[in-house]
Amino acid sequence: MNSSQTMRRKAVSALASAICFVCAIIVILPLALILFHLVRQGASSLDWNFLTHLPKPVGETGGGMANAIVGSFILVVLAVLIGVPIGVLGGIYLSEFGSPRLNWSVRFAADILNGTPSIVWGIVVYALVVVPMKGASAYAGGLALGLIMIPLILRTTEEMLAMVPNSYREAALALGIPKWKSILHIVLKTAGKGIITGILLACSRIAGETAPLLFTASGNQFWSRNLSEPIASLPRQIYTFAIAPYDDWHRQAWAGALVLILFALAFNVGVRFITRGSNPAPDK
Amino acid sequence: MKFVLAPPSKAGDASFRLLSWCMAMVVFLLVLLVGWELSQGSQLALHKFGWRFLVRSDWDPVNGDFGALPFIFGTIVSSALGLLIALPLSVATAIYLTELAPRWLRQPAITLLEMLAAVPSVILGLWGIFVLVPWLRDHPFTFLQKWFGFLPIFSGHIYGASVFSAGVIVAVMMVPIITSISREVLRAVPDSQREAAFALGATRWEVTWLAVLRGSMRGIFGAAMLGLGRALGETMAVTMVIGNSPEISASLFAPGYTLASAVANEFTEAADNLYRSALFELALVLLLVTIVTNILAHLLVGAVSAPRQTLHA
Repeated sequence: MNSSQTMRRKAVSALASAICFVCAIIVILPLALILFHLVRQGASSLDWNFLTHLPKPVGETGGGMANAIVGSFILVVLAVLIGVPIGVLGGIYLSEFGSPRLNWSVRFAADILNGTPSIVWGIVVYALVVVPMKGASAYAGGLALGLIMIPLILRTTEEMLAMVPNSYREAALALGIPKWKSILHIVLKTAGKGIITGILLACSRIAGETAPLLFTASGNQFWSRNLSEPIASLPRQIYTFAIAPYDDWHRQAWAGALVLILFALAFNVGVRFITRGSNPAPDK
Repeated sequence: MKFVLAPPSKAGDASFRLLSWCMAMVVFLLVLLVGWELSQGSQLALHKFGWRFLVRSDWDPVNGDFGALPFIFGTIVSSALGLLIALPLSVATAIYLTELAPRWLRQPAITLLEMLAAVPSVILGLWGIFVLVPWLRDHPFTFLQKWFGFLPIFSGHIYGASVFSAGVIVAVMMVPIITSISREVLRAVPDSQREAAFALGATRWEVTWLAVLRGSMRGIFGAAMLGLGRALGETMAVTMVIGNSPEISASLFAPGYTLASAVANEFTEAADNLYRSALFELALVLLLVTIVTNILAHLLVGAVSAPRQTLHA
């Protein structure tokens, strides 16, 4: 065997492996840098005032994003009310009743919806709700976010239900339990943790969405008195403050972003931690 | 002997089935709704400009003169640039994570990638404006212009906010998607394939290159298309760094505009109906482009892995 050639091949292998390693580092680098800058720029402005006060007018320092934090929470709750029942029941239909052909086409449609840019949802809900209601409202914002949730939750629910062993369903039916009761009490309960994980991940995703809220929930510098008024939201407030020419607003945008990312990451890491190793046994 | 239990009634089953069927059908309804609202909204512009809307480059709200070309151009260039940056990095990362990395390192690295995918785009935009763009402007842009300034793409004045910056931001968003799909594609290659190559005396890289990568090209291409679908529709982060100016320039250092960012930026100030309708048509074009990209991606990846919601679909 030609040993110099072997050496060369080994060198190439080592070099290629090293390049792949460096690429992996480069890929993680933005996350590290984003977190670093968020903490550096945002932490100093993040205090009790920021969490409990309304934004101050331009020129006055201080103030906070209390209304935006509460507003985001309200919008997510509205979205859950719309997205979860439809998504979960749709997923149940696919897994428990559907035919292969229908399932394929529903999945296909859901994937198309999942790929639809979020700004498109904003403009659709604008035409659907904001124009007839003659104004932006929390309802419109919640609807836009809820519609984004539907296909996400439908797909995860179906996947989680597919992992429930068939013997569970058969056992329930053999006891004379009606199918719908066995689905709600046995199948759904067995897949419960997985479905809840999916719902929480979808929540953390829509909580960070800005584009669908631009023309639907709009924004609000004050507290909203009711849900048919425009409502503030954290991502929207960060956007407004980031593109404004005032240093004090930039400072607050960083603090708001720190709050938002802490929520998003806490959700993600937390969900993973809670549900680790608790999926139902695969069908066999 | 008496029946203790009444025989289960069929009514409960039938109504539950009907209810869940209706909810599954909502998905089709939504597809129709999105298509219908966008085409209704863009009627006015469709009538006035016809298909030539796509190739006109005027964007003059004051005189009611609209064309989509600068936005289509900006969308394609920034997404293509993003893909050019993200694809090699993502595939190399996927290779590292499936073939090379020690086992204990894999799961933490994957969790970090999922965290990157979970960063809301407005935060990426914020970081883009205040950290990434100034750095790009002062270092890589000046460097590229100094050495490659004779190329039209690196010529002209450096503003910072530019198509190039948008491409970099979009690359950051594409990386987690392309990496995770590529990883699944590579993992679907049977181990016997790798073992066979090792048995023939191949080095680790030769195994990866010959036995794993060669057969995965189709799936990786699909992963790239999925990433592209995300990039084309990305709104907030791009709006914040691209400069928002409807011009077509050969230079990547010039500001640009994308379909999504035009809608996000101008819709609230669009006072007259034609202007608003033109923006609806931009959204319609964007929708059609992303649908085509996503369908293509699903056809390519479909057999290998069912797309699922990790953090971003």
